[in-house]
Amino acid sequence: MMDDKILYGYTGLFDTPDEIIEAAEKTSAEGFIKYDVHTPYPVHGMDSAMKLKPSKLPYIALVVGLSSMIGMFLFMYWMTTIDYPVIVGGKPFFSFPAWVPVLFEITVLSASIATVVSMIAIFFKFPNLSHPLQDTDFIRSVTSDKYGVSIEADDPKFNEEYVKSFFNSIGAKNITPIYWDNEEVNFSNTVLQPKFITFLLVVAMAVSGTTYFTLNKLMFMVPFNWMREQEKYIPQEVSTFFEDGFSMRNPVEGTVARGNMPYKFSGNPDAAGIVLVNPLFASKENLEFGKDKYDIYCSPCHGYFGEGDSRLNGQFPNPPSIHSEKVRNWSDGRIYGVLMDGQNVMPSYASQLNRNEKWAVILYVRALQRSLNAKESDL
Amino acid sequence: MSSSEKVIEYNRKGFSPIFGKLGLVLLGIGLVLSILAYLSDPVRSAFNNVILLEFLTSIGLGSLFFVALEHIVGAVWSTPFRRVFEILSSVLLILPLVALPVYFHAHDIFHWTHVDVVATDEILQQKSPYLNMTFFTIRIIIYFVVWILFYWILSRNSKKQDITKDQKITKLNAKIAALFMPVFAFTITFSSIDWLMSLEPHWFSTIFGVYFFSGTVVASLAAGTFIVIWLNEKGLLVDGIKKDHYYSLGALLFAFINFWAYIAFSQFLLIWYANLPEETYWFLQRWEGSWLYFSVFFIIVHFAIPYFALLSQPSKMNPKRLKLMSAWILLAHIFDLFWIVIPTFSPEGLIFGWIEIGFILLAIGIILVTFNIKAKNANLVPIGDPKLQRGIDFRL
Repeated sequence: MMDDKILYGYTGLFDTPDEIIEAAEKTSAEGFIKYDVHTPYPVHGMDSAMKLKPSKLPYIALVVGLSSMIGMFLFMYWMTTIDYPVIVGGKPFFSFPAWVPVLFEITVLSASIATVVSMIAIFFKFPNLSHPLQDTDFIRSVTSDKYGVSIEADDPKFNEEYVKSFFNSIGAKNITPIYWDNEEVNFSNTVLQPKFITFLLVVAMAVSGTTYFTLNKLMFMVPFNWMREQEKYIPQEVSTFFEDGFSMRNPVEGTVARGNMPYKFSGNPDAAGIVLVNPLFASKENLEFGKDKYDIYCSPCHGYFGEGDSRLNGQFPNPPSIHSEKVRNWSDGRIYGVLMDGQNVMPSYASQLNRNEKWAVILYVRALQRSLNAKESDL
Repeated sequence: MSSSEKVIEYNRKGFSPIFGKLGLVLLGIGLVLSILAYLSDPVRSAFNNVILLEFLTSIGLGSLFFVALEHIVGAVWSTPFRRVFEILSSVLLILPLVALPVYFHAHDIFHWTHVDVVATDEILQQKSPYLNMTFFTIRIIIYFVVWILFYWILSRNSKKQDITKDQKITKLNAKIAALFMPVFAFTITFSSIDWLMSLEPHWFSTIFGVYFFSGTVVASLAAGTFIVIWLNEKGLLVDGIKKDHYYSLGALLFAFINFWAYIAFSQFLLIWYANLPEETYWFLQRWEGSWLYFSVFFIIVHFAIPYFALLSQPSKMNPKRLKLMSAWILLAHIFDLFWIVIPTFSPEGLIFGWIEIGFILLAIGIILVTFNIKAKNANLVPIGDPKLQRGIDFRL
């Protein structure tokens, strides 16, 4: 039986870290190339004792780190300044300082992942999952409390008797041969076998099919739909009844919204002054209501007492006083026309004040005017 | 280790006189130039004196930090040249002398010392419980007393061990170092705020203490590395300091260059993001006019070049490269302090003249001369330290 097996190499054990350093030095001095040293923890000075060349891994880390950094830079540049520029926090689109943490992280992350992956791929020869040293007493010892050297049979200087005597000369214990496992040697790579691929396909279809069914069908199945689906149009729905296909219709020509009076004197305030009459009485409630609205909307320019001496004085052309002869002689309707259309710099207040509010403001303006120019009949 | 019970051979050799002579020459030129500078332009000289003071603080205090760090973590690899850092930290003894001219010119360089200005300035009024002359004086006296006290205790213990070989001293030093660390953290933070940040009393940055600390560590490590390699090449240290030790020094230097860049960038990034006018103007001042060129140049000198020069493993073991980069980084640290201090004096543009050069020469001269005086009659290796043999045997 033993003769059928292919020899992998010879192993020898040592007891202390000093011994293993010495053994490594002697092994490399003897001229062996394909040998390895196994220790339960990293022993300082091993690299120089084994005369190892500096690892090539840093170059992989450097190249992958730099290229992912550059890639990330271009990615962010394209996103934030070309494809979808959005102002964030008042910063320019090309705000490099904000990218630096991202670039730093992606460089570190990709470099470390590349190091680990290439280490597994190059040194452990992934997807190879077995090694002759696995499950041997040798590896059990060197992973707990012993230090070991293994010399491979592939080494040009390898010769069973020679290696044995060499191990003896450097004081190794438990000198044992390690053989390849025949099953593993003859075992072809299982990953690409038709059976395995079929198995993978079945698993993939089962998983995706189940996912599709549960997420898209089961979870969206509506058990009772008679309240959800009614005989009516919902907003934005297509109509089959109307020719233009809109279920949402425009109101009939001339429709007036509730509480909304059409205003016919746009651009013609004099006409409004002749026709319109203030519908409100000068009651206490109406005056107070008018004062509220006046203080909010009118006082910023006209001032609290209508004299044009407001808090925005100087930022805009000052409005004239409303106590002038001209305004006092205007009818309520004429002032209503000014509120609707605006005048000179003053904009229209048609949308800020509704009809009642406008008339209440006019009542209050009248009260202000009388406070300075009272008639005898007011007494 | 058990197999090597050999006696450490260290013979105190005549300390090379070149060091001292060069130091004396630089000190002489620097002293003459700085006295002339004080006569011709006292305000500018006082600002440069702040740079000198903070540079010496960096070297002295940073070296003391490394000594304490070795004690507290029980590091072995750095024991063979711990004495170099101990001797370097003797610069702390000179600090009060260097601080005196700045103290007497405080009114010229510290805006917050003007009582009439503070009275009308709400921000400075709020800060006045901290920034006032009485408290400032008390604080700087505390810093100097504490630093010199710890320097004195740690170096005296170390020297005592040379003779007595008492192992208990190593344990005692660890305790003292543990006491020193928090004291160090507070004093370096507040002293950097007092001497550097309060030059612009309206400005504030909460990370400023860490920023100064990162520069301090880089500078003192560079100075130590340079002297260790130089002494070792002359054969003045113990046999057995090899590329493994160089690599560790270089790796630490590399790490702290990155740390400095990290902290400097963090400081910038937060201020840039928040975009508050009372914080950003400090950076804007350094990003406008001719200061822009200096800022960019300074980033390259302080970060980019040392980073790539020390990136690969062999470069950290190459003594020539390490010596060059150490000197380079020391210069970069002077630029760092220059960049912090001088824009306050000259916001309109970069200035660099014989006054600045004089103070830089003075700084180097002071360090070389104090090192020479202290090293002349001392063992350059802590021969009584029980960790010494293991430190010599250190392998990567």
